[in-house]
Amino acid sequence: MAANSFRSRALTALAGLLALSFGSLADSRIEDQAEQFFRSGHTNNWAVLVCTSRFWFNYRHVANTLSVYRSVKRLGIPDSHIVLMLADDMACNARNPKPATVFSHKNMELNVYGDDVEVDYRSYEVTVENFLRVLTGRVPPGTPRSKRLLSDDRSNILIYMTGHGGNGFLKFQDSEEITNIELADAFEQMWQKRRYNELLFIIDTCQGASMYERFYSPNIMALASSQVGEDSLSHQPDPAIGVHLMDRYTFYVLEFLEEINPASQTNMNDLFQVCPKSLCVSTPGHRTDLFQRDPKNVLITDFFGSVRKVEITTETISLQPDLGIMESSNKEDQIDEERMEPLKYAEQLPVAQIIHQKPKLKDWHPPGGFILGLWALIIMVFFKTYGIKHMKFIF
Amino acid sequence: VPPEVVRGKRAALFFAAVAIVLGLPLWWKTTETYRAPLPYSQISGLNALQLRLMVPVTVVFTRDSVPLDDQEKLPFTVVHEREIPLKYKMKIKCRFQKAYRRALDHEEEALSLGSVQEAETMLAEPQEQSEGSLTVYVISEHSPLLPQDMMSYIGPKRTAVMRGIMHREAFNIIGRRIIQVAQAMSLTEDVLAAALADHLPEDKWSSDKRRPLKSSLGYEITFSLLNPDPKSHDVHWDIEGAVQRYVQPFLNALSAAGNFSVDSQILYYAMLGVNPRFDPASSSYYLASHSLPHVINPVESRLGSSAASLYPVLNFLLYVPELAHSPLYIQDKDGAPVATNAFHSPRWGGIMVYNVDPKAYNASKLPVRVEVDMVRVMEVFLAQLRLLFGIAQPQLPPKCLFSGPKSEGLMTWELDRLLWARSVENLATATTTLTSLAQLLGKISNIVIKDDVASEVYRAVAAVQKAAEELASGHLASAFVASQEAVTSSERAFFDPSLLHLLYFPDDQKFAIYIPLFLPMAVPILLSLVKIFLETRKSWKKPEKID
Repeated sequence: MAANSFRSRALTALAGLLALSFGSLADSRIEDQAEQFFRSGHTNNWAVLVCTSRFWFNYRHVANTLSVYRSVKRLGIPDSHIVLMLADDMACNARNPKPATVFSHKNMELNVYGDDVEVDYRSYEVTVENFLRVLTGRVPPGTPRSKRLLSDDRSNILIYMTGHGGNGFLKFQDSEEITNIELADAFEQMWQKRRYNELLFIIDTCQGASMYERFYSPNIMALASSQVGEDSLSHQPDPAIGVHLMDRYTFYVLEFLEEINPASQTNMNDLFQVCPKSLCVSTPGHRTDLFQRDPKNVLITDFFGSVRKVEITTETISLQPDLGIMESSNKEDQIDEERMEPLKYAEQLPVAQIIHQKPKLKDWHPPGGFILGLWALIIMVFFKTYGIKHMKFIF
Repeated sequence: VPPEVVRGKRAALFFAAVAIVLGLPLWWKTTETYRAPLPYSQISGLNALQLRLMVPVTVVFTRDSVPLDDQEKLPFTVVHEREIPLKYKMKIKCRFQKAYRRALDHEEEALSLGSVQEAETMLAEPQEQSEGSLTVYVISEHSPLLPQDMMSYIGPKRTAVMRGIMHREAFNIIGRRIIQVAQAMSLTEDVLAAALADHLPEDKWSSDKRRPLKSSLGYEITFSLLNPDPKSHDVHWDIEGAVQRYVQPFLNALSAAGNFSVDSQILYYAMLGVNPRFDPASSSYYLASHSLPHVINPVESRLGSSAASLYPVLNFLLYVPELAHSPLYIQDKDGAPVATNAFHSPRWGGIMVYNVDPKAYNASKLPVRVEVDMVRVMEVFLAQLRLLFGIAQPQLPPKCLFSGPKSEGLMTWELDRLLWARSVENLATATTTLTSLAQLLGKISNIVIKDDVASEVYRAVAAVQKAAEELASGHLASAFVASQEAVTSSERAFFDPSLLHLLYFPDDQKFAIYIPLFLPMAVPILLSLVKIFLETRKSWKKPEKID
């Protein structure tokens, strides 16, 4: 009897223990899944999209950047977290047969310009200096918030650059260049100030892989459209518009992104396979040695999309309603309606100053060193040749 | 040897001497990047800074609270110091300095009143306590001031009341209880962990849901009313009155933590990004909890928050759902409708859904006039504001009576906790900024440091040291101000626009510039030096041959 009861008690105890362990296993598995979901450790997403070339025949670079902008917005990054830099205005260019549009597919299927594009740096504001200022945060004091990269150490940043490039440099506006060392130093400055959690750098230019060769800061993953010595080619010309509409690499990246939605689990290894040599003619490259996580654990939406963490509000504060205030506010409404003052607007232009402008007095500066040196040289040669006695004729 | 040759040799040697002795150093000095001297040693010393947070506690004993022989020992001071175990490079020690004393006459009178609230009002009159300090009144064990089963009481204005004990070890026991109460009202490990959340390594317990706002000099609070269906609802809200009546007192109480500005707007035809689903059981519409994160992004672009100011913006949205989707409830993870019908997102703001009373549709034609009940709305918004600022519920000791916040919605010691957390956070941020600036200057050699940047760095270092001193001596208000100054100066120094290095030149470009300048000058000098050297060597060898 006692033995039986003991055995049954032992069995129930064992069963209870097993149930508990399964329960805790299940809990820990759910916890593991939850942990995996948040493993990237970022709480907000930013995107810096740069098109560096101007002139009408570089239409495809603007279309590249705008298509990436559309995808990133569709996947959830808001305009306040996107810094869009376009070096030229293709939509309102005089040579655009369809004004206010920028197309990315031939036969004008998709207008990527639309009504709600928010370009933060436009035309001549896209310079190497401004780009580096945006990245490092060293903008002049009066810069508005939409032109700043207000990222913190839990931000994942996507940086996309396109334009004309070469071995170790990227051309800005056809007049200046940014070298790969400057870019690497800028990323190091961002890392030192902890302005990013992880960074994804995508570049679509000729010899793009040279731009990421010199990175040395941690948590950077880089993709390029072509290796050193190769050119990135454009995709398709449109006979009606007359220029090439997109570059191949970005075209196939966008096709890939079209299948991504904010909840998808596709990882970076799939992005590395986009645009093989048969389609792209150039060989896309990537660099992951500085990145701490394994690319197969990195979701595409870690960089291209953004989901805010929300929490249900369960508490309230108890406030005492004041009836006296409510009555007096009704009276105030009526009084306000009677006392409507005419609205005045501030002066938009100082017209009086513009019309009656006097010419500005320029300060006189003494002649500079070069002019002085040149005249000294001429006078010296003159007197050496003709002799010092000619000085008398001058003074 | 003809004299011209000797003169020529001497001239060549003189040229070479001037070029090397004068020219090289001059060229080196004029082409180096200007760096004003910075206090590198002090900056590296900041990392090893030990923060001692002192909380001055005054403990007042009434006549029958402790045994007589213990009462003879009053007044004296006891210090209780404890290190906070955080994985942070700065050691943080929490120090409670308890000054024990006897109660004064008016305090005895106040503590013998009927209820603890009356006692408090009488005690609070004489002086206003400084930030960060606490006062604990110890009453007798069987005093009727507190309810029978309660051992202690925490009030809204930095005062607490606790029962004494008639025991040999009275002071030790009471001392431990006082520490518990004082910790609940000032500093606990989770308050500091939340403040330093950005600087600590990520671990399993750091929930980034409860991520309070970053410390900043000021904040912008925007209240927006979203009316997607003006054809059906003519919504009026007395936001000015509500702000004046409910929000402004709260912000005035918080004013030590920063400058606040409030604005409001009404947006028409602003939809949420998510389609609500219909629940036939309650014949209402609902938003499931997993779809809530997708609500914010489409609406945010229309709020205009980036144009408001350079300070961080907190958005509070009141959404009146359209007639086709009324009534709309928010469901939590279990599928139950949320009582407040509101949710919030850390570091962004909150959204509340306001359902129109169905009785309003009965008699009138569309559009129906809707008067928003601002009390209900502000109760939720102020609670969300508290959560967003990280003012969490304190860990109360057992059997403690807790009076909720008064009409302002904020207790003064909650403000103190916020200031402690913010000071520590500011010091951590300032130290990180200064250290990273020093490391950056070591790594990248092309950055110029101008004099005003250097003076900002000196000012930041001095402010950090001053803040640490003030924290150690218990002056919370001046410590907070010093820590804010440290953060401002260090950020101004790090983000000064002049630090942008555009002085990088690739090596081949450097050669291309220097070769045309130096080569024509260097070649004759070098060749003549070589010739002179060869000749002198030949002349040394010649006498050897003869000998």
